[in-house]
Amino acid sequence: MTAVLSRRSLLAAGGGLLVFVAIPGEPARADDVPLPGSLKGTPLLDAWIRIGPDGVITAFTGKAELGQGLKTALIQVIAEQLDIAPARVTLVTADTARTPNEGFTAGSHSMQDSGTALLNAAAQARLLLVETVATDLGVAAETLTVVDGVVHAPGGATHDYGSLAAKLSLHVRAQPGGGLKDPAAYRVMGTSMPRTDIPAKLTGGAAYVQDMHMPGMLHARAVRQPSAGATLLRVDTDAVARMPGVVKVVRDGSYLAVIAEGEWQAIKAMRTLGASAEWQETATLPVQADAPALIRSLPARDIPVLSWTNPAAPAVKRISARYTRPYQMHGAIGPSCALAVSSDDGVTVWTHTQGVFPLRAALAQLLGLPAEKVRCVHVEGSGCYGHNGADDVAADAALIARAVPGRPVRVQWMREQEHTSEPYGPAMAAEATGALDAEGRIVDWDYGVWSNTHNRRPNVGGLLLQNAALPTPLPVPPPEPIPMPEGGGERNSNPIYALTNARVVSHFVPEMPLRVSAMRALGAYLNVFAIESFMDELAIAAGADPVTFRLRHLTDERGRAVVQAAADSFGWGKPAAREPGHGRGFAFARYKNLGAYCAVALNLSVEHETGRIRLGRVVAAVDSGQPINPDGIRNQIEGAMVQAASWTLYEQVRFDRRHIASTDWSGYPIMRFPAAPESVEVHILPRPGQPFLGTGEAGQGPIAAAIANALHDAVGVRLRDLPLSSERVKAAIGV
Amino acid sequence: MAQSARIRLHRYVVVAVVILAVAAGAAGAIAWRPSMPPIAPPDRASFAETEVARGAALAALGDCAACHTAENGRPYTGGRGIPTPFGIVYATNITPDPATGIGHWSLDAFRRAMRDGIDRAGRHLYPVLPYPHFTRATDDDIAAMYAFLMTRAPVQQKAPANALTFPFNWRPLLAGWNVLFLRPGMWRPDPSKDAEWNHGAYLVEAISHCGACHTPHNLLGAEQGGQALAGGEAEGWYAPPLQAGSPAPVSWNADALATYLRTGFDAGHGAAAGPMAPVTHQLATVPDADVHTIAVYVASLMPSGPTPQAGTPQTAATGLANPAARSVADPQALAIFNGACGACHGADAPMTRAGAPSLALGTAVNAPTSRGVVDMILHGLPWREGHAGPYMPAFSAVLTDAQVAVLATYLRARYSDRPPWQDVEATVQAARRQGGGT
Amino acid sequence: MIKLTVNGQEHAVDAEPDTPLLYVLRNDLGLNGAKFGCGLGQCGACTVIVDGAAVFSCLTPIALLPGRQVTTIEGLGTEDAPGPVQRAFMTEQAAQCGYCIAGMVMRAQALLAHTPDPSEQEIRDGLNPNLCRCGTHMRILAAVRRAASSLRAAAPTKAAAQ
Repeated sequence: MTAVLSRRSLLAAGGGLLVFVAIPGEPARADDVPLPGSLKGTPLLDAWIRIGPDGVITAFTGKAELGQGLKTALIQVIAEQLDIAPARVTLVTADTARTPNEGFTAGSHSMQDSGTALLNAAAQARLLLVETVATDLGVAAETLTVVDGVVHAPGGATHDYGSLAAKLSLHVRAQPGGGLKDPAAYRVMGTSMPRTDIPAKLTGGAAYVQDMHMPGMLHARAVRQPSAGATLLRVDTDAVARMPGVVKVVRDGSYLAVIAEGEWQAIKAMRTLGASAEWQETATLPVQADAPALIRSLPARDIPVLSWTNPAAPAVKRISARYTRPYQMHGAIGPSCALAVSSDDGVTVWTHTQGVFPLRAALAQLLGLPAEKVRCVHVEGSGCYGHNGADDVAADAALIARAVPGRPVRVQWMREQEHTSEPYGPAMAAEATGALDAEGRIVDWDYGVWSNTHNRRPNVGGLLLQNAALPTPLPVPPPEPIPMPEGGGERNSNPIYALTNARVVSHFVPEMPLRVSAMRALGAYLNVFAIESFMDELAIAAGADPVTFRLRHLTDERGRAVVQAAADSFGWGKPAAREPGHGRGFAFARYKNLGAYCAVALNLSVEHETGRIRLGRVVAAVDSGQPINPDGIRNQIEGAMVQAASWTLYEQVRFDRRHIASTDWSGYPIMRFPAAPESVEVHILPRPGQPFLGTGEAGQGPIAAAIANALHDAVGVRLRDLPLSSERVKAAIGV
Repeated sequence: MAQSARIRLHRYVVVAVVILAVAAGAAGAIAWRPSMPPIAPPDRASFAETEVARGAALAALGDCAACHTAENGRPYTGGRGIPTPFGIVYATNITPDPATGIGHWSLDAFRRAMRDGIDRAGRHLYPVLPYPHFTRATDDDIAAMYAFLMTRAPVQQKAPANALTFPFNWRPLLAGWNVLFLRPGMWRPDPSKDAEWNHGAYLVEAISHCGACHTPHNLLGAEQGGQALAGGEAEGWYAPPLQAGSPAPVSWNADALATYLRTGFDAGHGAAAGPMAPVTHQLATVPDADVHTIAVYVASLMPSGPTPQAGTPQTAATGLANPAARSVADPQALAIFNGACGACHGADAPMTRAGAPSLALGTAVNAPTSRGVVDMILHGLPWREGHAGPYMPAFSAVLTDAQVAVLATYLRARYSDRPPWQDVEATVQAARRQGGGT
Repeated sequence: MIKLTVNGQEHAVDAEPDTPLLYVLRNDLGLNGAKFGCGLGQCGACTVIVDGAAVFSCLTPIALLPGRQVTTIEGLGTEDAPGPVQRAFMTEQAAQCGYCIAGMVMRAQALLAHTPDPSEQEIRDGLNPNLCRCGTHMRILAAVRRAASSLRAAAPTKAAAQ
């Protein structure tokens, strides 16, 4: 799922433990000088940074702003290493015609991939600029200083970047590790610079692809198949074609859409068209409540994740548990949207996809065009949270635009289309068995997770939603697992704890009862929920404090520091007087065991009569390596926790045997303001000079487990099936 | 107009007080009741778990929580203001907190409150507490409800003082009210009916007190004799008749009614709204059999007719779910409907296509008064945290009174074959004054 | 032609009378602040103020609006001169993707106009119609509290000036 698979061995330090990690990967080539981040794939400096003779600095990233504050953070990195004011940087984001191909903006990789590439590219550009002056003046480069893009020589002479850039070429290969600043000297990185995109968003500026207007632009809406694979039998297109403002009705096999001058006209025409359409439906869906059990029972391909075998003390206690999650949806507040214009030269699509290059490949196949005839330009959309409707609506726009060459077409999905057509986060099941010795140490650990794929992002036309509606569908590739160390369903199934004996198996289930793909944190949401709930269960079985118990099994020093910081900030060691129905919980994980560390402590109360959970104080500690924008990290962790609290307390996609029943927010309730936690604090452990660690998906698993653990602490019941709905809590606590 | 209304009200108060005082005087001896000795709050262990569980179901069937829980408050801790024609009565704390709740109440004291409307200290309770219904309950059921309430977590929370107009804030008047309207005695089964029907009738009359809203009330706030379940109102909302007068265009049967009562929605009739919505939330927690018996009894009172089965597809198949709407030529109303209502209630809207019934099947649009439709337009259906279920936005902020009236009139003409409503705008004004956002 | 008054300016709009205000704002008047979120009055992304009350512009046909005052987020201030509520949201960095934020600001603006000193519960209940999916709730709440206190601080000065 990612362009760059970093090869890492997961050696649990200390304890003399021998750790085997099964990682399918390519052997490293000895002759490679590894370049950091996305410089690996795009090593030329001018692919990342260009300096005009006028001193205008343009930077390029193949990653996309998804509302995570990426642009601001990257601008900080560039400004820091180039020694210029952040306002001078123009950042161009994902565009197949202009930027490096960095694959998908996903997996909390943007700072690791693009941030690292730009960090090094900017540092090396600065080095080249300064060396040009040093050579000209015949002085040592170290004697020169740079202030906002102007190189100052000891004698007082100054040279601005613009004039220097004219004398040198950045069309050179990056060198590993050259020119980087000492982190102690950072002035822009590590500060909470205000987000550059927020002012426009607060004043009605054109901030989103949804806000784009073009001369001559038409509005279109598609009529979706009512269920997967439905065949269009009859439709009255003539009546719709005569409706006010309607420009054209598009029908291609079972693909149906309408184009109108006005947006409301398009919507009314789409409704009328939909009402006249007759379909033959064949889909059968599983029984909603049984979905995780069904996934558990379907044929699976077993993929070993790890197997550790060491001598250990005899087990005196053994416990087992099963955890599940239902299908859940991304549910962006703004339904997916795209613009497209088609001409003899090809098709240009403005899209909020996570991957402009893979989408280009998929669209080219769907449209029967060579890839170079398709350009995909990323424009920000509403929150993303993974593979939602962004790519599919881009396909709508591209397919529809062909019917009106030369005129831009804007398509936005309706709410029910987003709710029922987006690929969901997969239903999953996990089973854990653990054994304790007489000292309360874990001496055996057995864990299995059952899941569909978490990656059906379109890089071929067959994976786009519309494919099945077209008269001659393209082949649909079989689902594939995402290999560890990133993993899909098995992401974070490998515990971070130092365990003497452990076996972890991922049971990859190819059959997909519902359309699924990547949703924020992927399998880590369930695996961390399961592992961190299970650690709590083991701690209770061992009669140990949950934080002490975790530290007992944690040798990773940065992990220990994060656990300790969360516990200290929360006041874990000084518990308040117990009140009935009140409890506290703790959980911890390192995202993918490669990204940010995040520990969460929280308290909550349970309304006995209804089972309703009220979140109280939520405290998180996070280590994201070198922080670029601390407030950005806080915002991401807060968001991850509040969003995943909503998943954990409320969310499940509802369906009957044929249709998705969660057609809008009344059928898929999410957290509203009255139920938000009383307070949320995020404490950052800065690690200056350490690599950037992906942050956006670090909090989801820990908050889920912390809630379940606090629920147990409050009312003495252990819920292992998500969501922890008030009905389930009430049923468990009884009258 | 306003002045004559005031004069009418004044005259009415005088007449009411005289009637109550005479009645109280005639029965002077019962105006004063002794206090019951306080007890130490009992242990949970002193109650059988089965009795507590049965009490939980009865408390839900009796919907105690609806009145005894404030907005954003904890269940059973009281504090909710109940509007009455005589002012606001605040529901009391019925958790076993000794200071502010019923912690010192013995079973005898509780039984007396339920049967006679007298609190432990001997004061008269206002009949907003439906003791004229509870007085029919069996001793066992009262004891079970007592067991349930006394095993709740005690919460210290004092209800605000009632805000009643003089002289209705003078409790001894209620002795007169009881003489006139309280008919003591337990509920008696009808031997000509089967056990299921009788159990349902018992629950409706003695526990669920459906008549408290669905029976018309007289000027003194008592249910009118001989008019049981003939339609009334609740917190300003229209409460339709549950007997021969039911305006539902598709007859209710027991299955449909049970579905509606348990889920707040039935595909042949629509969604529970206003104060009925929380009633259905409570009924979702009680044994199916109890709800079914209620449905059997109530359905037996209502007219029989075409009886589609419960659930969505059947009603659609019979053509009853979405009867053709008649075209109505009022361009302003049509614009309001298309722009404000059509996204959900249009014939081609996703909600309709997913099985929501046509507005033509709604009770409110077929009712003799516009009040139900007006309340729905103004106040909508609120969110219920974390629960999937019917929701409708409130339009009180965006529609003027005249626009609500235009819309309501249009809905009546388009979706009902009954005669047009009169004075709709006045109804809108009244509904706005009374609030009614539940 | 239907006459609308938006942010104090009168416009004659050539649109069908059932057209929801949202589409007229965005496509005819070039005002991007109000967003399409659901078209069902469930999420509040389209919230604007009509005669002082926060309403869902996606469910407000323009036929309702002659003679009434519509305010959108563009009417509260600009990037250089933001209004107090906008400024509070900027200070708190109360956005992630930000798609819901214009609606949040309008909801808060209307709330604070009639409840200048809201309790925490009143703020939360007041924002109940609006959804945020990024989980920015805590910052939005902080921004509304900040806006309330800055508006209250400014109020006496304004009163004195009048």
